[in-house]
Amino acid sequence: MAMIFRRMGMLPVLVVLYIGMYALTAYMAGDGGSNFMTADNTMNILRQVSINVVLASGMTFVILTAGIDLSVGSILAVSAVLGMLVSLGPVASLSIPTFLLAGLGLGLLNGVLVAFVGLNPFVVTLGTMTALRGAAYLLANGTSVLNDTIPSFEWMGNGQFLALPWLIWLAALVVLISWFILRKTVLGLQIYAVGGNPQAARLTGIKVGLVLLFVYAMSGLCSGLGGAMSASRLYAANGNWGTGYELDAIAAVVLGGTSLMGGVGSVWGTVVGALIIGVMNNGLTILGLSSFWQYVAKGAVIVLAVMLDKWRQRNAQLG
Amino acid sequence: MTTDSTVIFQMRGINKRFGATHALRDVQLTVRSHEVHAVMGENGAGKSTLMKILSGVYTPDSGEMQLDGQMVAIDSPARARELGINLIYQELSIAPHMTVAQNAFMGSEPRRWGMVDQREMNRRTDAILANLGARFSAETLAGSLSIAEQQQVEIARALVHDSRILIMDEPTAALSDRETEQLFRIIETLRDRGIAILYISHRMPEVHRLARRVTVLRDGGYVGELSQQDMDPKRLVQMMVGRSLDDFYQHTRRMTRGAARLQVERLAGGKVRPASFVLHAGEVTGLAGLVGAGRTELARLIFGADRKTGGTVRLDGELAAIREPSDAIRLGIGYLPEDRKHLGLFLKLSALENTAMNVLTQHARAGVIDHRALDALTRAEIKRLNVRVPGPEGIVGGLSGGNQQKILLARWLEIKPKVLILDEPTRGVDVGAKSEIYKIIHQLADDGVAILCISSELPELIGICDRVLVMREGELTGEVTGDAITQENIMEMATHVEVAPAA
Repeated sequence: MAMIFRRMGMLPVLVVLYIGMYALTAYMAGDGGSNFMTADNTMNILRQVSINVVLASGMTFVILTAGIDLSVGSILAVSAVLGMLVSLGPVASLSIPTFLLAGLGLGLLNGVLVAFVGLNPFVVTLGTMTALRGAAYLLANGTSVLNDTIPSFEWMGNGQFLALPWLIWLAALVVLISWFILRKTVLGLQIYAVGGNPQAARLTGIKVGLVLLFVYAMSGLCSGLGGAMSASRLYAANGNWGTGYELDAIAAVVLGGTSLMGGVGSVWGTVVGALIIGVMNNGLTILGLSSFWQYVAKGAVIVLAVMLDKWRQRNAQLG
Repeated sequence: MTTDSTVIFQMRGINKRFGATHALRDVQLTVRSHEVHAVMGENGAGKSTLMKILSGVYTPDSGEMQLDGQMVAIDSPARARELGINLIYQELSIAPHMTVAQNAFMGSEPRRWGMVDQREMNRRTDAILANLGARFSAETLAGSLSIAEQQQVEIARALVHDSRILIMDEPTAALSDRETEQLFRIIETLRDRGIAILYISHRMPEVHRLARRVTVLRDGGYVGELSQQDMDPKRLVQMMVGRSLDDFYQHTRRMTRGAARLQVERLAGGKVRPASFVLHAGEVTGLAGLVGAGRTELARLIFGADRKTGGTVRLDGELAAIREPSDAIRLGIGYLPEDRKHLGLFLKLSALENTAMNVLTQHARAGVIDHRALDALTRAEIKRLNVRVPGPEGIVGGLSGGNQQKILLARWLEIKPKVLILDEPTRGVDVGAKSEIYKIIHQLADDGVAILCISSELPELIGICDRVLVMREGELTGEVTGDAITQENIMEMATHVEVAPAA
């Protein structure tokens, strides 16, 4: 029983929050009706969280190695702008590779600085976050890059497959791949090892530098995909896109029970964490709460949920 | 020896459960002033739990405690300190960037007009340090001290609080013989001043030398108390493990040795000066020396963990290009580090993951792990090494020292090593697990593995090695074989100061 409870992680919090939001919206509506729990709105929530799920999956890899990637929002902006620019150029079909390769390349840059130059991940990604934000504005010439004919990747943000938006499929795919890498491959286990004890990892023959390079590259690639998804959804890209996304991604990872000290956590937890944030955002908007209050509420829920998790883990340990 | 010892503290019928585990069952302990009282037992016997109850870290589920005949409840570490009970942990808790005085007074700094009175603090610390015979001052930065000196800081911290009962958990685990001797003198001084010392140790000679009484625990239960005249090592071991340990160090030296397996030629780097020696297949070679003599450093050079500045390593006659630990592992050279928690194990991962970490690629297709194969090999190792663990999925951080060490050993056995370097393989391991580890070492040698065993416990080296190399101050100073392997010979080579030849 305790084992099941531990496996579920923050899922109970998500369920309680979801039901609570439903009750609250129904109560506030006055007539007792609420469209919070409808299939349409649930789909809405999933679509709204999809980009954060993608970014947070990449972030999970990084945080598992006791690192951090503050640059995901900026990488998203740079890749979105670059991809849109290519879509306006002569070979528009190269847009998708551009989004992804831009993200991957910038992630590799982070990785090289952390793994081989040996700089602190917080400092490295704080630097790239700032510099790449500037680069995104410069590439976009300070305005929005618009294009309403993007046949090669319009499907990403607007198409559907089996009655579900592609945004959701893409997020699910990223989660599935992340889970597979972390749980089923040699590399995944090495990521946990490096995060749990980097010195022991080296003495056990793990190439710590390559593992670190991979996690930052993975996070960059996810940011590039995030850039593609948002550019497609809005037929545009802009230098200020993705501002603050890194914090939502980190919040989702932490809410999901992944330790900032590295070595412990899972991508399923991250999904639950992202959904908690998504349900909050959606519910509070339906309630008509001002966005200022939404920030306050979101922050409070993050801290409360992590407190609850800590308490739950202590109880689980005591049996 | 002082005779005016009186009972100052008693605990009776102590019980403590953690979930399903009954950590302590009806345990008793009587502590007298003016004497050293040893607490012995295998790892997991409940010694640490008992000491944590005494020092207020845990509260017992039932049982009574009396101080000076009065019932007391020790419900927090602060309360224990108030009562004069201080615990010095095995892993020291020194703040390296603060001075010795600041460490000693941490949390109870003397104040003057609301500000910390640095001068008073330094004065009192220096007085205590002088008493301990310490060779550093109150204003020394704690991080610049050796382990032994940091331990003296911890003792000073206890004395700041007017300690009546001082609990020391394996205090000599990381000390050289000379440092140990100094610690004993300190302990004897404190004892003669009336402080009761509770001394937790696995090491029989130390307990013999210091303790007037010993309480033995086994599997969370109280086995008995012996006084000095009844303290027969055989009897103690029997009480601790519940059976007799025949032939503790399987003392049969191999007469023949195999071919040269590892040839180290003028290997140097860091503090290690050019060292040359040969390890043979099927031979257990010891590496002795004082702590800081460069034994671990030499091992790490062979293994590729540190950068070498010169010299070569040959494996089975072929030049071995070892730049990283991964190179050494690929060639079949294993290294069990001395600090298993920081350099060896992944404490948050399972027994399976810890055991299989070196052989993941052999049990994977296209990078995807064959979980079933790993499960099978982990179960086999658990059975072979007699590891007490709930199963392959058991988290390693929760195991006792001996079982953790076996898991780490299993990881190295999995690479089917040609050469295995063991750095303090039985440190912090209980008697039962120790003898099992010795058996494994002999088994490996019989199977043709060349073994290099670093140890600070001379009886251990003498007991298990066919040949012992000795290091001093970064240099290999000698080698003894056969009947010449004696404590005296080794110590002479480890400490002897030669006159430097004129240039």
